[in-house]
Amino acid sequence: MGIKIKNISKSYGDLKAVDAISFDVKDGELFGLIGPDGAGKTTIFRILTTLLIADEGEATVAGYDVIKDYIDIRNHVGYMPGRFSLYQDLTVEENLEFFATIFNTTIEENYDLIKDIYIQIEPFKHRRAGKLSGGMKQKLALSCALIHKPKVLFLDEPTTGVDPVSRKEFWEMLKRLQQKGITILVSTPYMDEAALCDRIALIQDGKILKVNTPKEIVKDYSKKIYDIGAGDMYELILSLKEYEHHYSVYPFGEFVHYTDKRSDFNPKELVKYLEHRNLKDITIQETQTTIEDAFMELAK
Amino acid sequence: MKDKTIIHVENLTKMFGDFTAVDAITFEVKKGEIFGFLGANGAGKTTAMKMLIGISTPTSGEAQVADFNVYTNPDDIKKNIGYMSQKFALYDDLTVKENITFFGGIYGLSKKQINEKRCQLVEELGLEEVVNELVSSLPLGWKQKLAFSVALLHDPKIIFLDEPTGGVDPITRRQFWEMIYKTAHNGTTVFVTTHYMDEAEYCDRVSIMVDGKIEALDTPKKLKEQFKVDSMNDVFLKLARG
Repeated sequence: MGIKIKNISKSYGDLKAVDAISFDVKDGELFGLIGPDGAGKTTIFRILTTLLIADEGEATVAGYDVIKDYIDIRNHVGYMPGRFSLYQDLTVEENLEFFATIFNTTIEENYDLIKDIYIQIEPFKHRRAGKLSGGMKQKLALSCALIHKPKVLFLDEPTTGVDPVSRKEFWEMLKRLQQKGITILVSTPYMDEAALCDRIALIQDGKILKVNTPKEIVKDYSKKIYDIGAGDMYELILSLKEYEHHYSVYPFGEFVHYTDKRSDFNPKELVKYLEHRNLKDITIQETQTTIEDAFMELAK
Repeated sequence: MKDKTIIHVENLTKMFGDFTAVDAITFEVKKGEIFGFLGANGAGKTTAMKMLIGISTPTSGEAQVADFNVYTNPDDIKKNIGYMSQKFALYDDLTVKENITFFGGIYGLSKKQINEKRCQLVEELGLEEVVNELVSSLPLGWKQKLAFSVALLHDPKIIFLDEPTGGVDPITRRQFWEMIYKTAHNGTTVFVTTHYMDEAEYCDRVSIMVDGKIEALDTPKKLKEQFKVDSMNDVFLKLARG
């Protein structure tokens, strides 16, 4: 059960969009596909939802083969594509009824599952979907993807371009759905959302960089990271990049994340160097590794 | 250098029928400053930005952008600013070289200037090998870096960036911010919107819009002190959730 993917590849002309990818999603898991645009996330979603046939490899979803049992898969999964794909000129209620009908069910039958989400847009149920705000469209699309009580839910970048408040609410909704026993595969370019998944696959240029729990991925990062601050960020970045012992220099919020090539790195030495470069208000302290640090190191 | 005011906004308001999209906002941006313009979806950021770049006339209030008035001189504003959004990018079916030449021409640069700028830009971005390739064949991160550079071709006084790094990988996102730092360092004012709260920390000052009003405006450090939280993400959540 869950999802199994074995050596899946897909090319578009010369472009290898997905390159021999394998990973499993356990039954009931909230699994994140984390990577930038063009990493191959959407292609994977389309293969798993039987909308695209892989060039090579095998995959099953909820125990069904993506080629042989494609009709079963379509009956048992919900898919929310990255682009809004509902009928713009049907109302909120009509869209939901339409999806319920084609899956041989009714809104009433599965109302419990969507109640949390649908209740927020129910006051606008006579409004055409095309006239909804971004956040409301997203809630309607999720309601439609859930109306037939799917075993597996596919969400392709549900939070892209969404502000932090709505993103937080969306993830709270996902957690509640997971508790109802739905397996969820979700993709996102936001690294901070990775920490909210049970396990994640980091993906770039069609290849999996790593699959594990967010905690283990962070733990596997071996270098010590230092938060460095100074009055002039631009000069600080330039100076650190010119420092002969630097291993990586990445702006990170109010500080720069710095790692050194040497195992016996002495921060005081670096402070002296920065003072010599006329930087003011220099601070340096060891800091926690984030998923983003791990991703950048793996993608390097 | 950061003493000169380059954007001056006072009680700027935009209404659509009965709906007040931007509600009497007031702020100033200094020359060479990186100014973060944040807010939830639908808070009025895009509407406000459209007024500042001279493509939407305000309902009331005042705004001077690069010393020009938004009511009387919107075309002068357009000549003195650069603009780049996540969606716009460049012409996919033109090459890198053609895009640069095209936009250079639009901004009224001479052939000589365009050639100089092109060589400089291609070298800085390391695009030598793809200069005759269609823009559509470039990875998103490169496209965005190229679009940013193209928006700076005519040496604008201010560059407006509307979610420039959406969907871009974390390394390229940082390279992009290094370009922003460099631009500001050279005296160009950067006015930027983003949904990445770590990027809000990169700004000199940040404003946060809620329901058409600016509810907070200060340096990231002071905002965090004011709201007694550790990150801009928490400042944002506190404000926008009310």
